[in-house]
Amino acid sequence: MRYLFRTDYRQDIALSNHRGDQFWYSLLLLIMLVIPFVLGEFYIGELGGVFIFAIAGVGLMLLIGFTGLISLGHAAFLGIGAYVNSVLLAHGVPFLITLPVAGLFTALCGAAIGRPTLRMSGLYLAIATLAFGSIVGTVFQKWTSVTGGFDGFPVPTPYIFGIPVEGATGIYYVSLAVLIFVLWISVNLLRTPLGRAMVAIRDSEVSAQSMGIHLAWYKTLAFAISAGMTGLAGALFAHYVRFLAPDAFDVLLSIQFVTIVFVGGLGSIRGAIFGALFVRLLPQAIAIMRDSLPFGIGRMPGLEPSLFGLVLVLVILFQPDGIDGLWLKMKRWFQSFPLKRRTGFRRQRAYTKSERIR
Amino acid sequence: MSQAMNTGGEASSGNLFQAEDISVRFGGIRAVDSVSFDVQPGEVFSIIGPNGAGKTTIFNLISRIYNSTSGRLMFGGRDITRIAPHRIAGLGIARTFQNIELFANATLLQNLLIGRHCHSRVGILSQMAFLPSSRREELHHREKVEDVIAFLDLQRYRDTLIANLPYGVRKVVELGRALCTEPKLLLLDEPSSGLNVEETEGMGFWIEDIKKDLGITVIMVEHDMALVSQVSDRVMALNYGKVLAMGAPKEVQTHPEVVRAYIGGEDEE
Repeated sequence: MRYLFRTDYRQDIALSNHRGDQFWYSLLLLIMLVIPFVLGEFYIGELGGVFIFAIAGVGLMLLIGFTGLISLGHAAFLGIGAYVNSVLLAHGVPFLITLPVAGLFTALCGAAIGRPTLRMSGLYLAIATLAFGSIVGTVFQKWTSVTGGFDGFPVPTPYIFGIPVEGATGIYYVSLAVLIFVLWISVNLLRTPLGRAMVAIRDSEVSAQSMGIHLAWYKTLAFAISAGMTGLAGALFAHYVRFLAPDAFDVLLSIQFVTIVFVGGLGSIRGAIFGALFVRLLPQAIAIMRDSLPFGIGRMPGLEPSLFGLVLVLVILFQPDGIDGLWLKMKRWFQSFPLKRRTGFRRQRAYTKSERIR
Repeated sequence: MSQAMNTGGEASSGNLFQAEDISVRFGGIRAVDSVSFDVQPGEVFSIIGPNGAGKTTIFNLISRIYNSTSGRLMFGGRDITRIAPHRIAGLGIARTFQNIELFANATLLQNLLIGRHCHSRVGILSQMAFLPSSRREELHHREKVEDVIAFLDLQRYRDTLIANLPYGVRKVVELGRALCTEPKLLLLDEPSSGLNVEETEGMGFWIEDIKKDLGITVIMVEHDMALVSQVSDRVMALNYGKVLAMGAPKEVQTHPEVVRAYIGGEDEE
């Protein structure tokens, strides 16, 4: 077991707790940078997809996991980011401008949807965002002069300083850079008053307000930040799929994002990345096993969404902390190895919730 | 810390807080019916009364969760009757809740840091980038929070999740979170509810220390008469939203109207 000996307040707001963390995260980054030289095109492409979903997942995690506001409309934000980026690129705007513009514009859209839905929470908010998602989807279909409607929209190749971002490797590196940026922003948020305000709103709105937190402002801000990150992911997603079709941004995609958050582990940034890995790799696992499953299960339509649903339900029932919770438990087990005790790993029931007003 | 907190609003009129003829109606029920009182700087002012007398409603009026139907609330010479609820903390009014409203999935330290929210001045963008200004402010907040932790003897729970703390400790944490806002006026809603005799006594000592060492004015809603007599300078008794009696703790407790409200009895005809 490692015990941290704190001698300075700075230690508690530092990015890494100790040397071990620094070492492992640097190693991980190094491996991520080297991977394209080692693995084949297919795997690089898949990992790029994981990064893009992780960016959106981190955005949604800030909203659901930290602010306690649910959204079933995040596919729409992904779509807005994708279309803004592609349309601007097609008009000859350089990629280094279209990418942040896509993020900022989506953030504005997020603020616009966040503002009127502030008074809602729980199911009502879920329904409202679901409706927003389907409205935006319809706009993508009908506004043919801009989006091309069902004919689709071919995404132009982006250039960074004259270098074309092409193929799986290009997308991989750009997505990795954006993911690191988004993670950096999130970690910074969570150690400043803004992040604490979000957590306060999640846990008790009444007392958050009496501590001087402007509920409407911070909820809108949380929506905007979350949407902005998803918009960035959308811009990259456009290049990942290379051809935009309006029906790609439907409810199923939104539910995949929610799955990322819940399966990854509510209230953990690391969880969003685990969740993205899971959501992107499950379809691949199904594809591999498809032929070896008995009774033709593998060829049944709707296998993938139903598996997603099943996993979501099972995780909520039996592993509410998600993959991140499993990860922490494993870490604890190895850290305390010879002295492990069963009770240390059992889930504890807190009685606080029952006596709360809401 | 005491110097920083000892700024207590010496308003021109001498009152720190004043309620003038406030009423609130929910449908046909008059929860608070033309109640007037004033609180002097540095005193502990208790509000007592049977259940449903409107005590907590008065707190919710002061912290602007409810809107009053009529009347005026003055704090430090300033009209706060219609001010936005989130600005109350910044003016120097902090409160605790009857059923603890802490942030259960955060550590004690984080909870107290949220109490510092109304003192943060750094912009959103510099928070996102964690610029040096943001870092400096965080360290300053941390120092202030550590002062409160030391004051309330909470050192050993510093990194514990609130959900894992015993009830009695949570009550103290909530008190601490209110102190972190560096209030001039502290509203305590039943500080002893759910506590055993020993813990209630401890709470009494904290309240006395807050008054003496930090110079913070306290308005308290309380049922425990021993605690009320131990710490209060003045007491106001309410029943059905109306003031029954106001004065020194002894006077109010023996006031015939108050006794009748609590124990019941024939109407004197």
